[in-house]
Amino acid sequence: MNPLDRLRSWPVLRQLADTDPLGRGAAVKSSGSRALQPRTATADRVVKSICPYCAVGCAQNVYVKDEKVVQVEGDPDSPVSRGRLCPKGAASLQLTTGSGRLHKVLYRPPYGRDWQELDLDRALDMVADRIIATRRDTWEWESAGRRTARTLGIAALGGATLDNEENYLIKKLLTALGVVQIENQARVCHSSTVVALGTSFGRGGATTFMQDLQHSDCIVIEGSNFAEAHPVGFQWVMEAKARGAVVIHVDPRFTRTSALADLHVPIRAGTDVAFIGGIINHVLSNDLYFREFVVNYTNATTLINEDYRDTEDLDGLFSGFDPGTGHYDFDTWQYEGMRAVPVSGERDVDHERRTRGGASIRRSGHGETHGSGGPSLEGTPHTDPTMRDPRCVLQILKRHYARYTPEMVERTCGIPQDLFAQVCRHLVENSGPERTAEFVYAVGWTQHTDGSQFIRAACVLQLLLGNMGRPGGGIQALRGHANIQGSSDIPTLFNLLPGYIPMPHAHQHENIDDFLRADAAHKGFWADMPAYLVSLLKAWWGPAARPDNEFCFGHLPRLTGGHSTYDTVMEQLKGVCKGYLLFGENPAVGSANAKMQRLGMANLDWLVVRDFSLIESATWWQDGPEIETGELKTEDIGTEVFFFPAAAHTEKTGSFTNTNRMVQWHYQAVEPEGEARSDLWFLYHLGRVIRRKLSGSQDPMDAPILDLTWDYPTEGSLGEPVAEAVLAEVNGWDATGRPLSAYTELKDDGSTACGCWIYCGIYAGGVNQAARRKPAEEQNWIAGEWAWSWPANRRLLYNRASADPEGRPWSARKALVWWDAAEGRWTGYDVPDFPPDKAPGYRPAEDATGSDALSGTDPFIMQADGKGWLYAPAGLVDGPLPTHYEPQDSPVANPLHGRQRSPARLVYAHEHNRYHPSGSEPGADVYPYVVTTYRLTEHFTAGGMSRNTPYLAELQPEMFCEVSPELAAERGLIHGGWATIITARNAIEARVLVTHRIAPLRGDGKVVHHIGLPFHWGPNGHVRGDAANELSSIILDPNSHIQEVKAMSADIRPGRRPRGPALVDLVRAYQRRAGITDHTGTEK
Amino acid sequence: MTLLEPDDPATSSGYADHPERMGFFTDTSVCIGCKACEVACKEWNHVPEDLLGFTGMSFDNTAGLGANTWRHVAFVEQPRRLGRQESGLVAADLPAGTVEAARDRTPASLGLPSHDGATGSASDMEFRWLMASDVCKHCTHAACLDVCPTGSLFRTEFGTVVVQEDICNGCGYCVPACPYGVIAKREDDGRVWKCTLCYDRLTVGQEPACAKSCPTDSIQFGELGELRERAARRVEQLHEAGVESARLYGHDPGDGVGGTGAFFLLLDEPEVYGLPPDPVVTTRDLPAMWRHVAVAATALLTVAAAVTWGSRT
Amino acid sequence: MNAHDSSQTDVRLDDSPELRPEREATVGSAGRRRRPQRGERLMVPDAEFRSYYGRPVLQETPWQAPDIAGYLFLGGLAGASSVLAATAELSGRPRLARACKTGALCALGGSLYALIHDLGRPQRFLYMLRTFKVTSPMSVGTWILTAYGPQAGLAAATAVTGLFPRLGRAATMGAGLTGGAVATYTAALVANTAVPAWHDGHRELPYLFAGSAAASAGGLGMLAAPLAEAGPARRLALAGAVAEYAAAKRMERRMGPVAEPLKRGPGGLLLRLGTGLSLSGAAAGILLGRRDRRAAVAAGAALLAGAICTRFGIFHAGLDSSRDPAYTVEPQRARLSHPSQAPS
Ligand SMILES: Nc1nc2c(c(=O)[nH]1)N[C@H]1C(S)=C(S)[C@@H](COP(=O)(O)OP(=O)(O)OC[C@H]3O[C@@H](n4cnc5c(=O)[nH]c(N)nc54)[C@H](O)[C@@H]3O)O[C@H]1N2
Ligand SMILES: Nc1nc2c(c(=O)[nH]1)N[C@H]1C(S)=C(S)[C@@H](COP(=O)(O)OP(=O)(O)OC[C@H]3O[C@@H](n4cnc5c(=O)[nH]c(N)nc54)[C@H](O)[C@@H]3O)O[C@H]1N2
Ligand code: SF4
Ligand code: SF4
Ligand code: SF4
Ligand code: SF4
Ligand code: SF4
Ligand SMILES: [Mo]
Repeated sequence: MNPLDRLRSWPVLRQLADTDPLGRGAAVKSSGSRALQPRTATADRVVKSICPYCAVGCAQNVYVKDEKVVQVEGDPDSPVSRGRLCPKGAASLQLTTGSGRLHKVLYRPPYGRDWQELDLDRALDMVADRIIATRRDTWEWESAGRRTARTLGIAALGGATLDNEENYLIKKLLTALGVVQIENQARVCHSSTVVALGTSFGRGGATTFMQDLQHSDCIVIEGSNFAEAHPVGFQWVMEAKARGAVVIHVDPRFTRTSALADLHVPIRAGTDVAFIGGIINHVLSNDLYFREFVVNYTNATTLINEDYRDTEDLDGLFSGFDPGTGHYDFDTWQYEGMRAVPVSGERDVDHERRTRGGASIRRSGHGETHGSGGPSLEGTPHTDPTMRDPRCVLQILKRHYARYTPEMVERTCGIPQDLFAQVCRHLVENSGPERTAEFVYAVGWTQHTDGSQFIRAACVLQLLLGNMGRPGGGIQALRGHANIQGSSDIPTLFNLLPGYIPMPHAHQHENIDDFLRADAAHKGFWADMPAYLVSLLKAWWGPAARPDNEFCFGHLPRLTGGHSTYDTVMEQLKGVCKGYLLFGENPAVGSANAKMQRLGMANLDWLVVRDFSLIESATWWQDGPEIETGELKTEDIGTEVFFFPAAAHTEKTGSFTNTNRMVQWHYQAVEPEGEARSDLWFLYHLGRVIRRKLSGSQDPMDAPILDLTWDYPTEGSLGEPVAEAVLAEVNGWDATGRPLSAYTELKDDGSTACGCWIYCGIYAGGVNQAARRKPAEEQNWIAGEWAWSWPANRRLLYNRASADPEGRPWSARKALVWWDAAEGRWTGYDVPDFPPDKAPGYRPAEDATGSDALSGTDPFIMQADGKGWLYAPAGLVDGPLPTHYEPQDSPVANPLHGRQRSPARLVYAHEHNRYHPSGSEPGADVYPYVVTTYRLTEHFTAGGMSRNTPYLAELQPEMFCEVSPELAAERGLIHGGWATIITARNAIEARVLVTHRIAPLRGDGKVVHHIGLPFHWGPNGHVRGDAANELSSIILDPNSHIQEVKAMSADIRPGRRPRGPALVDLVRAYQRRAGITDHTGTEK
Repeated sequence: MTLLEPDDPATSSGYADHPERMGFFTDTSVCIGCKACEVACKEWNHVPEDLLGFTGMSFDNTAGLGANTWRHVAFVEQPRRLGRQESGLVAADLPAGTVEAARDRTPASLGLPSHDGATGSASDMEFRWLMASDVCKHCTHAACLDVCPTGSLFRTEFGTVVVQEDICNGCGYCVPACPYGVIAKREDDGRVWKCTLCYDRLTVGQEPACAKSCPTDSIQFGELGELRERAARRVEQLHEAGVESARLYGHDPGDGVGGTGAFFLLLDEPEVYGLPPDPVVTTRDLPAMWRHVAVAATALLTVAAAVTWGSRT
Repeated sequence: MNAHDSSQTDVRLDDSPELRPEREATVGSAGRRRRPQRGERLMVPDAEFRSYYGRPVLQETPWQAPDIAGYLFLGGLAGASSVLAATAELSGRPRLARACKTGALCALGGSLYALIHDLGRPQRFLYMLRTFKVTSPMSVGTWILTAYGPQAGLAAATAVTGLFPRLGRAATMGAGLTGGAVATYTAALVANTAVPAWHDGHRELPYLFAGSAAASAGGLGMLAAPLAEAGPARRLALAGAVAEYAAAKRMERRMGPVAEPLKRGPGGLLLRLGTGLSLSGAAAGILLGRRDRRAAVAAGAALLAGAICTRFGIFHAGLDSSRDPAYTVEPQRARLSHPSQAPS
């Protein structure tokens, strides 16, 4: 600027010259302000992505300038998120570009005191060597005389934060290596959802989708803290609220969800079955159910085996319980005239029953195989359409819940009767032809020893009220991580193959025909399983999979019982499992009994951690809590640890499946820095190196890995596998290589290949359907052209039930899908979840099989009988009907029956996993309070993605406990001070937050105090604190192997916890006072 | 003489041709306290983190607006009812001793606004949890702007009030001038910082980062006139629905700062949220101050003359 | 409102104009309408003072005490000294005039140093001259100083060196005339803030500052000038101290509760000390300072110290008043409930 211009730009002169004499605006604007441009406008490109935190699946726009991500914000086109992001999504820029991330491979040699740097290629090579060697050392052809063809020496954990394509490669590669202990967060998060919803309705996913909440007249949020854990999804609750809906929140704590609800109902943690049971009783005993819906669409009319005995007859037990094994025999639970056929074939079950070997299959998590298709049945059920027969399901239900009176609800749950009456009234008033009510839950329900039954209770109630398959109705399971649904669909789970096909069981399934025994009598969907399985085997083993070798069915390793993540820990402690791969999971903080997790890892030969930063599961050998207490010494720990920095979602391409089964594609915005690589890269190249090292081997154990199809194209300077090529394999192709467009095209003769049948169609026409991003504004409210949902892009499941038996909408205002007689087709807003041309009047022939065996009024097309299951004759191992049991550790004696705890729960007795005396047992008063654990909006799960992200960390900087003023008074806790919380496992410290939001509850003449604990802290990261999971125990739901972390007993006292060995002493002293032994709490 | 700007601040600030005045209507009755606004603002503006530690102020660990916090979400736990909401929080009967002990302990320790701390055998506990996202008000009569000696603080064509970081010399005058306690000095930087109402984004027609992220539309961005109309309807709607405590704050062009560009729907008195109940732009009294200064200065001269010459005579 | 009346949950037609968007959600509308019951938790009466966890409404003023309080004092001293210098010059008291001129220049230098030192970006000091803002006492003050500074400098330089006496005299007159503004504009500077104790004192502060400035200039004159020439200084000190005292009293009375920080705490202490020192210094000056050089020096020093105390007292009282939300909230609340009594 020349001096004259300079002078002219002098604001004083501009003030005199301009219309801004006071120098407030135009005259004083600086050159900087004039040049201002937002970086959203100057970016070189905008890349479409999806938030990597939770399963709402908010769409993101990633702005890139000079090959750096400069901004991440919401994509307004998304029909789910409408451009909004919660604090976590909004912190994505810092998550991916901030100082929290590591970009170097690190290595800790056995007994080493510190990390060393290691070259990426060399590290990969070393890991390949470890896998090959451990596999050889621990290979097991047989176990107890049955062919297993596997290794228990290696385990993998994690997948819910990864893309579907990455999960697919984990499962494919490790299964081919004979690894069965493959698990991810889905186990600890929502496994009981898959069991309960799958068994009740035929599919294990949420029955509806987020936007449909706006059509609800009454939303019951129970076991979920919707506003905090799924904040952007919560806008749809507000949308419903704006349209007149009643919002009810049932939760032990008054949370940010309660703050926005009409009614908050405080409930004692772990008593939801009693509460829902009470509503069921109210509905049944006052004849308030939706009769036409119930008669036609549920199994209410079905008669049950005359030998069936209820918990009401046997003081808390169903018929068939074997006290010796602690397991149920399901024979007496069956439909009259029909029997359940576990998907694996009838003969084997009989074999198992004869040999008493059933225990292992019961432990193998079969319930979860109903993720897409309920249990299969044979025969024709006997029914009583009048529902008067005492053996019909409705009558059984009535008797089962008759004692769940408002008084009993009050005694058990601590809910005053008038409050309970209000909930009943709202629900009933807002159900029926004109109105619909919806249940929303998440892990407040799943994480109990009978978590599957919590969810089942809601299924029963919603079926009775006629709220299934209808707009504004259904059961919204709010899933956890960005891809928790996908990592169950394309599972990195021990018991499942892609698409919920069960993993074969040792001996039980000698060959593919036994496994598939789908005889002519088969009804419903399982009839087509051979096509799904053979196509999967073709996808994995390609040309090597031929009819003459059973399509390589023998290449699949076999299960012998439970191999869940908690079983794996026990195997590690026993020294059986020697190598562990963590793909984005942090069990040292996030899994129950964190100490057991670390002790298990300390017993490994090698550990591979892939993450963004040095999470606790990578550093426990150096600075873990056991080092502090002296229980472990760094120099004595022989575990070799590899840390591989992972690429973030902005640095890789792939898909996440959101909580409503919607698969959304995200694109790489920039290449990862340094040695960070995607998990897809790691798996592909690891597989490549292993296959190279083994090439030429004639050892039969190497055949599955050498036969594997493993030839994905790569791109870019880093050799990144093309994710879309993996998706194409998941979708499947025919013999000519043409992409398939629907799973109905799959064949059982080996002419089609498909990596996951329920995802078939996602690459229809060679077009990536998951990448569709037609703006919500340009579509109807269903937004079917945004991304792709399984099954077959249907958004609201079982939507045939939105129409009456004749195919007419139940009411004009709740019309969704209906029969168009003129066209002879089902039509409506959503894709009909029904054979498109099956008329309402269709009745199957006697000998019809498969889908043809279901009538035009059977909306639950994945169920063998086409009905919604009020009563579950199969699929659950702890009972056909939900019944109230106390949590494993509970200060309250079960008010309902003599049986305190769920008799079928899975118990893991171990010196570091002691249980508490409960109820009226002596010593129970040593742990007199109820602890419940949960999340905060500001943090994410085990904290790896929030404690290392300063913008999130500063919002909730310290571990705290929430207590009522009454409990604070009782125990002398000072607001803002410290408290120590103690269980038989461990003790932690937390800052005290005294709040009226936690009210003491009164039940059974006793005041119950809750202690609320967020579980996000651990010893590493930007903000640190003790982990809540130091307190929890390994005690599992027998259906799903999920841990109980939502309700346990504990003591609390003021002050910080002791340090060093004194901490262990404190825990032991409490154990002694309570008289705890190896057997405490293990009784069945 | 009035130094106050008329209602159309952009025109009086020298923008002949300017867009509609833009602002925020923050409806706290639908805020879920998620703090997305806090984070989105920090991400967009690269505001430094500001780790305070555990405050014990309900879920608020940010404590207030400041140089490193341009959006702040307040959390207020109150023994009052929100409309017809039922909190379901029923106080349990407790042994008398416990009640006594709690009574001694609670009020001091909770430190919550308007808390009487009573604990006892009440049959039904009134309770509500208020959350509210606070921000710079972008006052019509902005004291910060008025007092800024460098012209660093200026009025944009959108009627918003923005600090020009290339100008601010850190004199700090704007800080005590702001009647809302918004603007503040960043210690290591020496300059003052506050919400810019995302001036950069506005120039290309983009919504501010905080409003864009807000999951429930508690923060509504738009033309101020339209927002004021919407807000008036909203208050009525809430009153009809039984939420009688709903009231607007900052919407009135007749208030002490001429109405704010960012105004709020509150469910309690402003001070409960940390807001001044009736802020007045200090400059309103400046003419009087100048008059008194002039008189005092003249008096000083006169007296000096008087004491010098007066004694001689 | 019963949910049934208002329900709009029909399956949505996207272009339906009457559909309510989610921001119209009315939380807590579906519960029961009930009268407060007996035994419910007490509601806190509205009259009771409430705030957000007791946190201040206002930001902490970022000014450092030695810098800005010092600046208030030095500015006052400089301005009033220049005034006194001018009258001394005109009335033929060269030594008093010279002392005041050099004193003014030193004080000015000190005050500029303090001002710049307190800036967050001192290198941008000159940005103060970027604009002229009548709404900003700091801006106006800067321009006043810009006018005053060179004249005060010239006045002092010519007085010390004896060069250019005519120019010196003109500069002395100029500095004297602007000196009044220099000594008093700082009152507007602090008053034109939201700080309760400063703002609410805006009527009296200019007089208080003028008085205190006069007293300090008088003190300086007594200290530096020979007894014979120091008459006006002694009298100015007395007038200043009395004015200061009167203004302070009146201010305290009129401000009501907000005056508390002026009476209590460190601010109150300093203020009492300040007026005490000023009054006694002035009295001592008048009574003893006429004859006794030592007494004059002591009185002068007391007056200077008094002025320092007063300015620091005002400064701290202001900070205190902004730290306690009661001083912000209560007067405003009172204003709202009794609009008629609101000060205009
Ligand atoms: N901000 C944030 N969002 C998240 C996550 C996160 O960490 N942070 N994690 C994601 C993941 S992985 C998941 S799985 C989801 C989980 O989402 P949510 O399930 O909503 O999360 P939680 O906070 O664990 O539990 C929900 C509520 O259950 C209540 N609760 C506890 N026990 C019981 C009980 O016995 N009965 C009833 N009715 N309620 C009970 C708790 O008080 C809590 O308020 O959130 C996802 N979203
Ligand atoms: N007490 C208690 N315990 C609980 C729960 C509870 O409510 N209470 N909830 C349970 C639930 S629902 C869940 S889901 C678990 C969650 O527990 P975890 O899954 O163990 O916890 P996260 O912190 O989510 O761990 C995921 C890790 O993946 C990393 N990551 C993210 N993206 C990628 C990627 O692309 N690649 C790789 N390699 N790594 C990545 C993150 O940095 C993070 O460290 O916790 C469970 N534990
Ligand atoms: S964490 Fe969940 S709710 Fe939040 S932005 Fe990401 S996907 Fe959306
Ligand atoms: S709120 Fe304060 S900082 Fe914001 S414009 Fe008004 S006076 Fe300025
Ligand atoms: S600190 Fe900066 S913005 Fe504030 S008044 Fe001074 S120059 Fe203006
Ligand atoms: S408008 Fe922009 S600067 Fe202001 S609070 Fe919102 S995001 Fe921050
Ligand atoms: S204003 Fe919006 S973004 Fe901010 S806390 Fe409230 S709901 Fe969240
Ligand atoms: Mo989860």
